[in-house]
Amino acid sequence: MSSKEEIQDVTELREEDFMLNIGPQHPSTHGVLHLKVKLHGETIMDVQPHLGYIHRSIEKMCEASTYRNFIYLTSRMDYLSAHMNNQACSMAVEKGLALEIPPRAKIIRVLMSELTRIASHTLWWGAMGLDLGAVTPFFVGFRDREDILDIFEESCGARLTMNYNVPGGVMYDIHPNFQRKVKEFLVNFKKRYHEYDELLTGNVILHERTKGVGYISAEDVVSYGCSGPVARASGVSCDIRKWQPYDGYENVQFEEIIETGGDCFARYMVRMREMPQSVHIIEQLIDNIPEGDFQAKTKAVLKLPKGEFYSRVETARGELGVYIVSDGSMNPYRIKFRSPNFSNLSALKHMAVGGKIGDLVAIMATLDLVIPDLDR
Amino acid sequence: MTNEELKAFISAHTPEVTFEETQFLNAIIPSEKIYPLAKYLRENPDADIDYLICLSGVDWKDHFMVVYHMTSRKHKHTFVLKAKIADRNNAEIHTVCDIWRTAEFHEREVYDLFGIKFINHPDLRRLFLDDTWGFPLRKDYTDDITIVSL
Amino acid sequence: METPATAKFDVKSFPGKVTHMPGGGSFVVTSIDKMVNWSRSNSLWPLVFGTSCCAIEMMSAASAKYDWSRFGFEVARATPRQADVIICAGTIVYKMAPVLKRLYDQMADPKYVIAMGACTISGGPFFYNSYSVVKGIDHVVPVDVYIAGCPPRPEALLHALITLQKKIQEGGPREKINIGF
Repeated sequence: MSSKEEIQDVTELREEDFMLNIGPQHPSTHGVLHLKVKLHGETIMDVQPHLGYIHRSIEKMCEASTYRNFIYLTSRMDYLSAHMNNQACSMAVEKGLALEIPPRAKIIRVLMSELTRIASHTLWWGAMGLDLGAVTPFFVGFRDREDILDIFEESCGARLTMNYNVPGGVMYDIHPNFQRKVKEFLVNFKKRYHEYDELLTGNVILHERTKGVGYISAEDVVSYGCSGPVARASGVSCDIRKWQPYDGYENVQFEEIIETGGDCFARYMVRMREMPQSVHIIEQLIDNIPEGDFQAKTKAVLKLPKGEFYSRVETARGELGVYIVSDGSMNPYRIKFRSPNFSNLSALKHMAVGGKIGDLVAIMATLDLVIPDLDR
Repeated sequence: MTNEELKAFISAHTPEVTFEETQFLNAIIPSEKIYPLAKYLRENPDADIDYLICLSGVDWKDHFMVVYHMTSRKHKHTFVLKAKIADRNNAEIHTVCDIWRTAEFHEREVYDLFGIKFINHPDLRRLFLDDTWGFPLRKDYTDDITIVSL
Repeated sequence: METPATAKFDVKSFPGKVTHMPGGGSFVVTSIDKMVNWSRSNSLWPLVFGTSCCAIEMMSAASAKYDWSRFGFEVARATPRQADVIICAGTIVYKMAPVLKRLYDQMADPKYVIAMGACTISGGPFFYNSYSVVKGIDHVVPVDVYIAGCPPRPEALLHALITLQKKIQEGGPREKINIGF
């Protein structure tokens, strides 16, 4: 087997080929994904994802809810960036109502989003170590995540599915301890951040398993619609916080991390370096939260005018889009969620064909998929 | 390009278009014209639409609408293309997945949930549900056994 | 004095299936049984089965802050052949239900099921208006412990594990309890 083109032309199962089912129940922490992998020895000839094992019909359920209620279902889609999902939905409804939210609410939303991003990336880092065979990063990653979840629980009421964003702002004001606890967390995180690099980034096993593996070029990344760290690792600049800033991101300084490697190691480095950037954003804002209302006045029952509204948000995994079609009544006519994991998965076959089974695990770990977001 | 320039650009290629201006410029074309227009938008260097953001289906009870949100990363213009499928019982439209590879999965999802067939799609199978299920996101879908309505 | 075991209630109005225990209470266990139950309850190995959001809280319960391995749940197995308890964390849809049933069948006796989260009890937030969610995993497998919450806190999961341990210590495995089934 010499070139990638030769391998991709083969479609029937020849005598030496072997079809392997990975999933839907497997010890990887990504969710219920069923991959049918066609192997020639250990070399991958074809990867077919089979979806639908967690298809909970969220889009149909939204058509029977009201504009306030459907937001609570979306926390359960990409539950590791639950805050940002709710933010995207609230922004779409606010676009429909042409509502301006108070500055205090904007800053609170940005702070919560960046904390969610750090929590998601530490979990990704721990799970990636576990997938590649290292067990210690799992406990180290969860240790830092627990600090953030304690902060969420105090202000928002829940650890995972916060439901804190509502159309008009945030649901309650932040707890009086919020600023102090966030500052303590930042001090501790900066002290401990070197452990992440010492455990995995400089590790020769990680380098051997991820460098040169799962390469995807910049044109292919744009054509496949990938976004987030997957696209930024191939040199494509696509951060929505920079391209179309929303909700207070216009006023913060941060760098968009772009690598040009295009392989698994580049995706790993993008996510690692995004964590200090989020810390930097929080540091700029934590002492300057403006006083005022935390929620704009809205009616109890929201009715959007007839029309279509689209909002885009940068979650921890890429670009989430919420498309609302309204016919003027109290219930949405159609809501479509453009989920980042859906497009990221479509590039899996391109990345995995020609590699080995061990490479497939490394590619899945760096793609960082959350399957309920895919199946909705 | 601004909205006015986009309007002129698209009408020059496809005269059957109608326009609406909501949050973005919406261009509504009949479903037969989608493939030539999409190819033109992708290949023409003034438009250079290289990023298909979202492909969705909407059921308007007497016709279907396939909605394409697209943008150009170089020129930074975003607009919406809507292809109207007038025949509800035999809904077919040409695929765009050789122009933007992301459309492969998105079109499979629209086929799965609405029943709209995409001509020349390399692998049109149902994505989330199995072959015996109906098309759930259609407005006339009823299921007395599994759906508990409030 | 009326205890819950001897109270008379109207069987027809009870929503589930009622199995009467002989003697009106739990079994009288011999000391060998007590030893066996004690050792079984303190080394239950869970099967890795998380489908959606509750899986993250299950992972938090496995990690250092809440740490379920102090109760004996240390080794989480990937294969059902070596697992004792399946903690079903996450929504089950119609496409996934045969997979769950097959995993349950592959486990060796004695086996237990914990239904974690609102979705596994009754469909949870997806009860109304959803066409693809199974409204509760007790339509698919018999459940021993139900945990409420969306998602339940890791401490709630630990409480459920301790409850399961108590349940095992008090009586025999499920096969001995189900007389007349």
